[in-house]
Amino acid sequence: MATATKKSSKPEQLRHTDEGRAVTMLEAIREALWEEMAADERVFLIGEDIGSYGGAFKVTDGFLEAYGEHRVVDTPISEAGFTGAAAGAAHMGMRPVVEMQFMDFVSCAYEPLTNYIATSRWRGSGPVPMVVRGPVGGGVRGGPFHSQNPEMAFFHTPGLKIVYPCNARDAKGLLKAAIRDDDPVLFFEHKKLYRAPFLREVLPQEDLVIPLGEARTHREGTDVTLVTYGNMVHESAKAAERLSSEDGLEVEILDLRTLLPLDEDAIVASVKRTNRLLVVHEDTRTGGIAGEISMRVNEKAFEWLDAPILRVTAIDTPVPYSPPLEDYYLPQVEDIVTACRYLARY
Amino acid sequence: MAPRKSAAAKQRAVHGLSREQLLDIYYHLQLTREVEQVLANLYRQDKVIGGLYRSLGQEATAVGSAYALERREDGTGDVISPAIRNLGGLFVMGARPVDVMRQYMAKADGPTQGREQNVHFTDYDKGFIGLISHLGVMIEVMAGVALTFKARGEERVALTWIGDGGSSTGAFHEGFNLAAVKQAPLVVIIENNCYAYSTPTCNQTAAESFADKAPGYGVHGAQCDGNDVLEVYAMVKEAVDRARRGEGASLLEVLTYRRRGHAEHDAQKYVPAGEVDAWAAKDPVSRFERRLVDEGWAEPTDLEEVRARVAREVDEAREQAESSSLPEPKGALEPVYGNAPPAVPWTRLDIPDPHAA
Repeated sequence: MATATKKSSKPEQLRHTDEGRAVTMLEAIREALWEEMAADERVFLIGEDIGSYGGAFKVTDGFLEAYGEHRVVDTPISEAGFTGAAAGAAHMGMRPVVEMQFMDFVSCAYEPLTNYIATSRWRGSGPVPMVVRGPVGGGVRGGPFHSQNPEMAFFHTPGLKIVYPCNARDAKGLLKAAIRDDDPVLFFEHKKLYRAPFLREVLPQEDLVIPLGEARTHREGTDVTLVTYGNMVHESAKAAERLSSEDGLEVEILDLRTLLPLDEDAIVASVKRTNRLLVVHEDTRTGGIAGEISMRVNEKAFEWLDAPILRVTAIDTPVPYSPPLEDYYLPQVEDIVTACRYLARY
Repeated sequence: MAPRKSAAAKQRAVHGLSREQLLDIYYHLQLTREVEQVLANLYRQDKVIGGLYRSLGQEATAVGSAYALERREDGTGDVISPAIRNLGGLFVMGARPVDVMRQYMAKADGPTQGREQNVHFTDYDKGFIGLISHLGVMIEVMAGVALTFKARGEERVALTWIGDGGSSTGAFHEGFNLAAVKQAPLVVIIENNCYAYSTPTCNQTAAESFADKAPGYGVHGAQCDGNDVLEVYAMVKEAVDRARRGEGASLLEVLTYRRRGHAEHDAQKYVPAGEVDAWAAKDPVSRFERRLVDEGWAEPTDLEEVRARVAREVDEAREQAESSSLPEPKGALEPVYGNAPPAVPWTRLDIPDPHAA
C-alpha cells in the first residue's frame, strides 16, 4: 500500500485550509477524503473516472498521483459491481469510499447496498465500514437522471446511515466521521452547492469531525420549527429572512444533516418550543421524510402542537429538464413563505 | 474391477496429494453427505425450520475445489464464499457440523443466533463469508476480497461458486468483469448442475458451455467432470496457483447434477424419467471410493473407518444441535448499527406508552 502522504506534498487544490483560505463545499469534501487517506492506509477510493480524470466533478483531482492505483481504483461501469466489491474489501479490513458519478446511479447498487451491506452486521458477517458518496439534487438543469434525490429509497432499509450536509464545514466534518464509522454510510452532496460562492468558508486547521446523527440549528426562532436538509436549508433561510422582515415571524430552521439515524430529540425539542412544524424537502412528496417526521412528532409531541404539521416538497414526478418546468417542480422560497404564514395564522 | 496398483504406486501422490489427503477428501465428501442426510431426517421431523438445500450427487465440486486452497484458522488464508449447495466447501474450510445444524434448526447458539439460516454464516478466521440469497452479489463481494489481496500484495486467493442459473445475473457480470479487468486473484466456479430450481440449463445460456465465456472476459477458463473429485481438485488447483502467481481471475465450469429438488419440498416433477437414476450411477462419492481402492490408495477397511468416524461425529453434532434452545424473542432487538438497538414496540412495554417507543 502507498504510505501516508505528508502535508508538504499536497497539491495546490488541497492546501486551502492549511493556508487559511476559504473552501467551497467541494473543496471541503476533497480535503476530507485526502486527510482520511493520509491518516489511515485502509481508506481507499473506488469508482468510475476518479483516477487520472479526477472524477466527473473533479473531487478526487490529484489523488491518483499521490496514492496510486490501488488506493484510487478506477472501475468499469458497474455500480453494483464496485459497491459489492467495496463490501468485500471492507470485510478484509479496508475502509472503502465509493464514488457514484451521480447519485442517480446508486439505484444500480440497490441490491448490494440493501440486501448485502445493510444486513451484514446483523447477519453476523460483521460491520461494513464503507461510504458511498456522490452528487445529488436538482436546480442545475440536469434532467431526470442527473438531478435525483434518492435518499428515501434507502431510508427504509435498516442498517444504512444517510448523511446529507448543506455546507462546507458539515460536509468535511461529517464525511470524516462517515469514513471512520464502522457502519455503511450513504453520503449525499448537493451538486448545486459544490462550488456555490456563498458557502465558501475558512475551516479549522485541526481535525474536523462532526458526529453523525446530530441535527444542527441553522437559525433560531420562536414561531415555527422548519425541519429540512440539503439545499433546502438555504432556500428556507431566505424564506425565514423575508418572514422576519415582512411578518415579524421568527422561524427556527433545523438542518437534519444526518437523516439516518434521525435526530428525533432535536426535532421534538424544537417543536415543543414553537408548537408548529413545517418540513421542507427537495425530494418528492409521497414517501418523503416529512411523512416519517410527522409521525414521530405525532407520537412524541402531539399535545404541544397548535397547528397541523405541514410540508413543502417537490412534485411527485421525475425531475423535468426545461427550466420553467424544473423551477415549478422544485420547492421555491415563495412556497415556504406561504406555508409558514399559513401555520402562523392557524 | 481394475487391477490393484503396485506398492510403489501407493506411495506416489496423485496431483501432489498424499494418501492421507486423499482420505481426508473422502472424509469431507462423506461428512457432507451424512450431514445432509441427517438434516433431511430432521426436516421431516419439522426440526429444520426453513428450506433444506441439498448437494446430493454434487458434493465433489465443493469439496474438490475448496481442497485446492490454502486453509488456515487465523484469518490469513484463502477465502471462499459458498453457494447454497457448497456445504462441503465450508467443511473443508473448517466449519463444524453442529453449527450447520444449529443454523438449519434456528437455534440460539448457532453462528447467527437464529437470525440467518442454513449455510448463510461467516467465519473470517477460517476463511468463509456467508452468502445472501441474491445470486451474483457474492461474485461482486469476492471480487472486492480479491482486489484487496492484490492491493496489499498478499498471496491469497478468493474463490466462490455460482450455479448455472446465477451466472445469468447482471451482478455476476459486473463482479466478474471487474475482477477480470483488475487481474484480481478470484476463482469463480460455475457449478452446472442442470437445473436452476425448475429451469433447465438450456434456458440460462445460448453458449455451448459456461467455460466458453472465459475468453470473452479475457481470463483463464476450463471445464471438468464435477463428479470426479480429483479432476475438480486438479482443475481448481491450477486456477488457484495462477491467481496466487498474479495471473488474474479464472472462470471454471464443473459438470454435475442436482439429484434432489431445488429444496427438500420440491418433488422435481419437471425432471424427465430416468434422469436422476442415470446420474446416481455416476455418484461422486461411491466413484471416489472405488478409485481409492482400485488405485491402491486405501484399503476398504480405511474407508470403513472414515465412515464410522463420520457417523460418530454427525451423531454427536445432531445431539448437540437438538439439545440447543431457540433464541429468546428479544433477540430480535439485535442492533443493525454498532451503537443503537432498535426501539421496543411500545405495545410490548410493561406499561404500554407510545411516547416511550
